[in-house]
Amino acid sequence: MNMHTKLDGIVRGGETLKEHRDRLMEATKKTGHYGGIKKMELRDSQPILYNKLFSRLRAGVVDARETAKKIAASPIVEQEGELCFTLYNAAGDAILTSTGIIIHVGTMGAAIKYMIENGWEHNPGIKDKDIFCNNDSLIGNVHPCDIHTIVPIFHEEKLIGWVGGVTHVIDTGSVGPGSMSTGQVQRFGDGYSITCRKIGADDTLFRDWLHESQRMVRTTRYWMLDERTRVAGCHMIRKLVEEVIADEGIEAYWKFAYEAIEHGRVGLQARIRAMTIPGKYRQVGFVDVPYEHEDVRVPSDFAKVDTIMHTPSEMTIRKDGTWRLDFDGSSRWGWHTYNAHAVSFTSGIWVMMTQTLIPTEMINDGAAYGTEFRLPKGTWMNPDDRRVAFSYSWHFLVSSWTSLWRGLSRAYFGRGYLEEVNAGNANTSNWLQGGGFNQYDEIHAVNSFECAANGVGASAIADGISHAAAIWNPEGDMGDMEIWELAEPLIYLGREIKASSGGAGKYRGGCGFQSLRMVWNAKDWTMFFMGNGHISSDWGLMGGYPAASGYRFCAHDTNLEKIIADGGEIPSGGDTDPQNPTWDALLPDAKIKRDKQAITTEAMFKDYDLYLNYMRGGPGFGDPLEREPQKVADDVNGGYLLDRFADTVYGVVLVKAADGLVGVDEARTGARRAEIRKERLAKAVPTKAWMAKERKRILAKDAGVHVQQMFAASFKLGPEWAKGFRKFWDLPEDWQLLEADLPIPSYGREYSMDISELPDVRTVKFVDE
Amino acid sequence: MAYTKAKIKDLVDGKIDRDTLHTMLSTPKDRERFQMYLEILQEQVPWDDRIILPLGPRLYIVQRASDKRWVVKSHAGHEFCDWRENWKLHAVIRVRETPEEMEELYPKLMAPTSTWQVIREYYCPVSGDLLDVEAPTPWYPVIHDFEPDIDTFYQEWLGLPLPERAEAA
Repeated sequence: MNMHTKLDGIVRGGETLKEHRDRLMEATKKTGHYGGIKKMELRDSQPILYNKLFSRLRAGVVDARETAKKIAASPIVEQEGELCFTLYNAAGDAILTSTGIIIHVGTMGAAIKYMIENGWEHNPGIKDKDIFCNNDSLIGNVHPCDIHTIVPIFHEEKLIGWVGGVTHVIDTGSVGPGSMSTGQVQRFGDGYSITCRKIGADDTLFRDWLHESQRMVRTTRYWMLDERTRVAGCHMIRKLVEEVIADEGIEAYWKFAYEAIEHGRVGLQARIRAMTIPGKYRQVGFVDVPYEHEDVRVPSDFAKVDTIMHTPSEMTIRKDGTWRLDFDGSSRWGWHTYNAHAVSFTSGIWVMMTQTLIPTEMINDGAAYGTEFRLPKGTWMNPDDRRVAFSYSWHFLVSSWTSLWRGLSRAYFGRGYLEEVNAGNANTSNWLQGGGFNQYDEIHAVNSFECAANGVGASAIADGISHAAAIWNPEGDMGDMEIWELAEPLIYLGREIKASSGGAGKYRGGCGFQSLRMVWNAKDWTMFFMGNGHISSDWGLMGGYPAASGYRFCAHDTNLEKIIADGGEIPSGGDTDPQNPTWDALLPDAKIKRDKQAITTEAMFKDYDLYLNYMRGGPGFGDPLEREPQKVADDVNGGYLLDRFADTVYGVVLVKAADGLVGVDEARTGARRAEIRKERLAKAVPTKAWMAKERKRILAKDAGVHVQQMFAASFKLGPEWAKGFRKFWDLPEDWQLLEADLPIPSYGREYSMDISELPDVRTVKFVDE
Repeated sequence: MAYTKAKIKDLVDGKIDRDTLHTMLSTPKDRERFQMYLEILQEQVPWDDRIILPLGPRLYIVQRASDKRWVVKSHAGHEFCDWRENWKLHAVIRVRETPEEMEELYPKLMAPTSTWQVIREYYCPVSGDLLDVEAPTPWYPVIHDFEPDIDTFYQEWLGLPLPERAEAA
């Protein structure tokens, strides 16, 4: 780093923050190296010192996370580890990060860059010991419930960097209770929105902030304690940086703060060359937005429509190990809470890459500088309207990223790195949410984070791990029932593996699990469902099947109080086979909802009502007929597979053993598998014959309105993608599909207004649009 | 880290021991893996065409022995098409688009709703092996999922000579 000589800014060396960032970006653009750093002087001349700096700082940010989370009261933070701390250089580029929800490497950096680009240096001013807060999804945050605390770090009265801490809070005062609510269709209903606000000085939070913020959310106690967690962690890291500088000198730290990012960029390129195959990879993700249903109650008629969100992607890996991810053809943002900012979309991809391509401790903005993203403006992941809601952006983030696993896994498979293959991640749902008065007679909101432990996709060498992880938190956990019972007025009547939820395959996807909750000691209580239902977003790879999709079960007016008093049998365990339910008959008078409507808005619940929380499985790998037959029997015995699918999916003939378990009839299994292969061919047609038939359906516009809307919206925003579609189906010129011609409203189709159109607002562009 | 061919064969067969697997996941990749992998696969296929690149457990890009053309070929011996084309267009397909067809795979309520999502199964026309599954909406084009740049991969990334490739007349 060359030091600048102008002496009026707050950055070390005298630049203003804006000058500093502009110079770095200009040099990056000009040279292709971060900040123009072609030679990593510190790393090359003093490798031991460089690594010492890295290890000490990295250990320190992890320590801050582990220590600070024990201060937090929110079970989401303490049990699930829904927090993260990241250290930034003066320009807001991440140097290194802790474990946890590391998507925020990018989002907190985006907030710092927003402050830099919009002159925060002069108004409100940035001083040593200031505290800033942000959760604004219009400038890069994932969703409003991820609250950022950002603290500048000064050395000898000059700014040398920043530290950011984030926690997922349980409520943001949105229209409905819960951190990722569904009832609103615009950002204004998403709850409390804070744009890089200065909330403290001299290491003390302002009283007006404390009074205002605590009343903006339902779960005040958790809100305040989570804030202390973030502030404590940031201050621990700031102190660590001060100590490191005292020991190693500011010059070494300053160089490290920029070289580490170039190191991260180069490292990604090297890993791409070491692990993948150059070429083009194409994949697609979908998720359902079933809003026409009566149990989705939203304020606006124009949002009461069924739609499908669509993200095709083309990944190009070039000769030099650089890559480009192009999402042309993606759906427009919509009137629901599943939109995302470009930063959360791209930054989240790093969370995924840390689990495969870059499984190192050096997670920083280098990887982002090493990747070209194209997200057309106006899509759901790069909206061009300041009204869009983001509360549950994960609904489609997880569903669109899962397809990228398939692309990368084709590369790993081709090279023989079978240990890296992953058929995909699970759709991380259901989210049990709601609120009212809890068992402590306080206003409360809940968001059970049990789905931090979904099934994992199968690999090319083994089954996916069951009830194990979530793509957004590599350290996820389902949490202890006893803790959830303390946090929620909901008693567990069962917790069980969800049989047949993992996609079938030679190696099956990991299964999810299910919890049956009974409302107990709640008052004026509501809950809702949030997950995929009509669509399984996780496909399966190379002959593996998609994970199962979602459904809902709940029961009202159960009469369980009397059944229990009479010593009768009550529902317990899991909804083992929803095709042959057993609970319903135990509740003859109950109003039961058992259907594919896996997204709802607030519904009233009272004591003794039931709610099934079903966590999804992961997708499978390879032809199920190649699965070792004994593993199929083991799955049935272990509750991972319903026995009838041993025959129809795996061609395994089971026999009952004396111990009550099932075993395999090898000879009949061989014959059954040969028979299934014949049946497959008897039911199949040449692909081109099927295409001719499907083409006729397209010409006749024979598909549901939700399907047609998806294509029409993608055609409009992705003209290249539309061209590919027309070419593939050889459609005549006069075949047109326009949203305007469909019998549903499409508000937002023609008119939108971006946040950048507001006075005095300078947005930061992070991707090719 | 380098591994013996026996270890890589264990990996291919899904029998790798946990310690080696951990090493494979947590240390830099072994560049020679590709050649060893091809040798193992070559020993497992019932034909003599040279494997250029594996596309799936039962699907390969091969150099046809008779004329050195590169084609996509299944384990059972079906030749689909030129290596640059989308092999799925030359396969046979079964599309599951009714609840009954979906419920052969999933319990009722856990299956996708067929008016929203269909399941397309691509088979080898000779053996009935299930080579790929797509699960898009109705109307969705067949995805050409992988167009490898094999020339760069062999020559520039691995430093291997490019196997001879005859072009179609």
